[in-house]
Amino acid sequence: MRGITFIRQFGEVILAIAIAPLFAGWIAQCRAWMQSRSAPLVTQPYRMLRKLFSKDAALAETASPLFRITPYVLFGTMVLAAAIIPSLATDLPFARAADAIALIGLFATARVFLSLAAMDIGTGFGSMGARREMMIGFLAEPALLMVLFNASLLYGSTALPSLVDGYRAHPTIIDPSVIFAAVAFVMVLLAENARIPIDNPATHLELTMIHEAMLLEYSARHLALVEWASYLKLFNYACIGFALFVPWGIAIHGSDGGGVLALSIVALLGKLVVAGSALALIETLSAKLRIFRAPEFLAMAFLLAVLGLLVHLLLGVR
Amino acid sequence: MHLLHPFTVPVINVLNLLAACLLLLSFAMLSRRRTQRLITLFAWQGGILCLSTSLVAYSSGLHELYYSAALTLLLKVITLPLILRRLIYRLGAEWDSETMVNIPVTMLAGLMLVIFAFGLAQPISMMATTITRNMLGIALAVILLSFLMMITRRKAVTQVIGFLAMENGLFFAATSATYGMPMVIELGIALDVLVGVFILGLFFFQIREQFESLDLRNMENLKEE
Amino acid sequence: MISALASTVVQHDLRWLLLLICAWGGIGLAGMLRQRSLLVVRVLFPLGSLTCLLVAILAGVFLASGQASQAMVLPLGLPDLPFHLRLDALSAFFLLILGVAGAGISIFSAGYFRVGEGTSPGLMGLQYHLFLASMAVVLLADDAYLFMVAWETMALSSYFLVTSQHRIPEIRRAGFLYLLIAHVGAICILLCFGVLQGGSWLFIFDAMRSATLTPLLASTAFLLALLGFGAKAGLVPMHVWLPEAHPAAPSPVSAMMSGLMLKTAVYGMLRVSFDLLHVRFWQWGVLLLALGLFSALYGAIFAAVQTDMKRLLAYSSIENVGIIFAGIGLSILFETCNLHLFAALALCAALVHSLNHALFKSLLFLTTGSVLHATKQRNLGKLGGLIRRMPWVASMALVGTLAIAGLPPLNGFVSEWLLLQSFLFTPEIPHEFVNMFVPLGAAVLALTAALAAYVMVKFYGVVFLGQPREASLADAHDANLLERLGLVWLALGCILIGVMPQLALRPASAVTRKLLGQSILPTGSIWWIAPIAPKQASYSGLIMLLGIVGVVGITFLLVRLLAHGRTRRVATWDCGYPYQNARMQDTAEGFGQPIRHMFGTFFRMERDLPAPEESSPHYRIRIEDRLWHAIYQPIARAVQWLADVVGVLQGGSLSIYLLYSFLTLIVLLVFVL
Repeated sequence: MRGITFIRQFGEVILAIAIAPLFAGWIAQCRAWMQSRSAPLVTQPYRMLRKLFSKDAALAETASPLFRITPYVLFGTMVLAAAIIPSLATDLPFARAADAIALIGLFATARVFLSLAAMDIGTGFGSMGARREMMIGFLAEPALLMVLFNASLLYGSTALPSLVDGYRAHPTIIDPSVIFAAVAFVMVLLAENARIPIDNPATHLELTMIHEAMLLEYSARHLALVEWASYLKLFNYACIGFALFVPWGIAIHGSDGGGVLALSIVALLGKLVVAGSALALIETLSAKLRIFRAPEFLAMAFLLAVLGLLVHLLLGVR
Repeated sequence: MHLLHPFTVPVINVLNLLAACLLLLSFAMLSRRRTQRLITLFAWQGGILCLSTSLVAYSSGLHELYYSAALTLLLKVITLPLILRRLIYRLGAEWDSETMVNIPVTMLAGLMLVIFAFGLAQPISMMATTITRNMLGIALAVILLSFLMMITRRKAVTQVIGFLAMENGLFFAATSATYGMPMVIELGIALDVLVGVFILGLFFFQIREQFESLDLRNMENLKEE
Repeated sequence: MISALASTVVQHDLRWLLLLICAWGGIGLAGMLRQRSLLVVRVLFPLGSLTCLLVAILAGVFLASGQASQAMVLPLGLPDLPFHLRLDALSAFFLLILGVAGAGISIFSAGYFRVGEGTSPGLMGLQYHLFLASMAVVLLADDAYLFMVAWETMALSSYFLVTSQHRIPEIRRAGFLYLLIAHVGAICILLCFGVLQGGSWLFIFDAMRSATLTPLLASTAFLLALLGFGAKAGLVPMHVWLPEAHPAAPSPVSAMMSGLMLKTAVYGMLRVSFDLLHVRFWQWGVLLLALGLFSALYGAIFAAVQTDMKRLLAYSSIENVGIIFAGIGLSILFETCNLHLFAALALCAALVHSLNHALFKSLLFLTTGSVLHATKQRNLGKLGGLIRRMPWVASMALVGTLAIAGLPPLNGFVSEWLLLQSFLFTPEIPHEFVNMFVPLGAAVLALTAALAAYVMVKFYGVVFLGQPREASLADAHDANLLERLGLVWLALGCILIGVMPQLALRPASAVTRKLLGQSILPTGSIWWIAPIAPKQASYSGLIMLLGIVGVVGITFLLVRLLAHGRTRRVATWDCGYPYQNARMQDTAEGFGQPIRHMFGTFFRMERDLPAPEESSPHYRIRIEDRLWHAIYQPIARAVQWLADVVGVLQGGSLSIYLLYSFLTLIVLLVFVL
């Protein structure tokens, strides 16, 4: 029994690593369709990763060891985060090591390392990207925490698997605060994953870029790992969203068997397809904000999350 | 007494959900800059009011409430947004831009107002007999937020929308706390609102004629020196 | 044999501690024999460090033994008023902090102090060890007299340490400000003890514990304690001395003041509000919570715009003290609402954060000391790229940076996690409005923590990363062996507590048992902490660390196996513009710009922008504290005015002064007789 749990945990992580680039590719494809462009293949991210891994790494002369280790740390933290988030099943032994707050801490660790690495070379773009990333980060983090707090108050736990279990115990009752939390969460997701109202993942050498500015000095396998980590981050955020707001199909504690697992994989894929096209739609419909509108956007996300908390206190299902 | 008609659990949940949506829309109105968006949001608010009223009507068995829901649909979702849209189109006021106070500060003030309203509503709702009593806090918050919107905007059209949103809050308070007002009063208010919007529309044209802008800052010059 | 020894040690813990405190005095005096010799520093400071270590061990043994308290009456003191000492869990916990962090700072100091930098090394040693000893006595004092004597000794010795380079006017000014606020605070504490004795006129703490005060008197005592200890701890708005005094002092002294002395203020606050006062009211908790959170946010925002690395750290101390006080406030709030378990959780968070802050803040101040010695620069605008010149200092500073930024799996995260967990229970507080406002506190805390990460990325990135902004940085040298030892000790502490939080939680639980009669759920294993219930929340730093290291290792191996490890060194990509130099990097001012933009209302800014046609443009910005102008300057002006009025009496002639005395005598005679 114990062994099966660990295997399942391991399998979930491998699945996350494997399909995260696919999710990013799907979003890119949807965006292209919606904007009447000819779409790249869904598997484009895999091709890019393969190409990057086979190239020689070009490392700036001034790069310190911190710069070289950061891609591995980024990838490591994101894989670890994937191990905590119940995307397929709530029966995760590793999830006991880190609850939702620790998960936010893990994302923060990745962000700090990436920013430090960006400052390491000492170019103008790198440090500008670093400070903007940290700015987005310190506004998004409290908002995300409030969203998770809201869920914790509903189900009396900060551990993500317990949240899903708690939700599945009363599936018919939707707490009114969830609407606020969901809106706030989507806003945080867009900001944290360098999506369009805040940052454009497809841009290069613009004065407005944030995420790409930090990666300018990375190449080959280092760049591949950083990119993979950002795919994983997007995937993780999507899975947090599923766990908090639409946890249907996740195998809850105590349900075993191949059928349940297959069902949960199908459910996850279905949700990813829908979420990916929804994200692409949002990105297509909205325009990129000026950099100093970004705090406004995130302040709004934060206030909505807090409002959700208040609404829960007033109207919450008891 | 039909006033004590018990709600079944899912209905109260859906009502709570709708109340939360109403509040969310109020906040969205507070944060938007474009007049057209505001009108859309206002129409959405009307739609939610209509839904919640008919839900209350359904579960309490009060048939008058269906009429008031229909009235809401007709007036607030269809007629008023249509009039307002035509108005801003003809006035060329689609781009009501800058607010007096920046948006995050306004939102923070709005948050404080919500806390205030909720805190205030807690003891009142203890006295109310209906199960929907918790909604009173939401209604109060919607009223206060609309007021805040009127304070922080400069253009005349936005102020009218704020005024209408405030009426929405009052209406919601009425349905949630006491299962609605008598039909006569409701019809009267509806007529008042409609006439009010017409008159204000006329005023807009006058204001623009006078100052060549709808910016209310110009009114400051009217005071006696 | 060993157990027998241990049991005798445990029984006479307090005596041994007293002996160690005397040892510090002895070490200090020994330094006066050869004042100007560097040898004195190299030998005596390690001895002091050893003493610190022994203090920490004794305190730890006491906490582990679970005794209630040990008391002692010294044959010293005023006539009929002997000094009282008492060792209980609260003082033992803070002694533990003092010992653990003090050991690292002392060993670093052994390598740090030089001849020819202000005060002579021997005198420095005396002041330093006196400072240590007085802090220990503050923690052990069991009557108001001894407490005040030790408190004042602490203030004075630290004042002399701060002004060790007294030839520089700014340092004298900073020292004066520090002394002034320390004394205003001391007066408040004195008055607080005056209220606490409750009419018995006995200034022994035992008498105060048994005194019953009216709610008004109790609140007065609490507010006086808050003013007095808050001034020492650097709570806003009594914080103004802190960003002046910390940069002025030599780095190990800054580390001591920030890491240890601020904690004595926390200790004092806890001692008065949880031990000496028999009642508490929820309004106190709300006040403390609000003040703490405001200080935290204020400190973090100001830290983000600093350009002097030690001032930046000083503001960060304000932030951390704010977090600690917020935890205490939350604990009082819970305790008055009969939610004892949650009160224990919040208090535990505050205590663990005190320990953590002592470790990582000392570590960072010490690294700034090494940087200062290597480069002679405190200005962030003239540093950069030191990771290549000073790998030891840079890697230890990285540990401190990650810890203070509250990132798992290091120790800063543990205390923030605990505090956030306790915030989760605030909706259970049965007061309207309070239960709605207080959850917002969690948001402020999260914002502060995230801002702290911003600040620390700025600190580390500008000092250690990038390219050197000045040519002179090329001959910067790494820290010497003793300095490295101190840094490694503190960094290890940060990692160890982060990975095994039980090491800090067990002693903290002993304190909460003593103060609240309740402690959070102890878990037996070293793997997890689950303070309330495993289903509620659990955290394991050890597994996180192993997980990260494991995944990073496997990824590295896989990349090497499946791909390759070929690397070319190339020039930095210049984006097609070849004339880039190190001065084009983001400066400290630039890094703070988003914060200046967003929180502009907090600052008082003066900006000189260059005109477009200037041939040698200068950009200058000065950021000042609004509170300084809003509170302190009016007070200073009022005092000045009052002094001018009183100054009229001062005629200068001797006979007039004699006349004053004569008149006073007459008046007294008339009234008394």
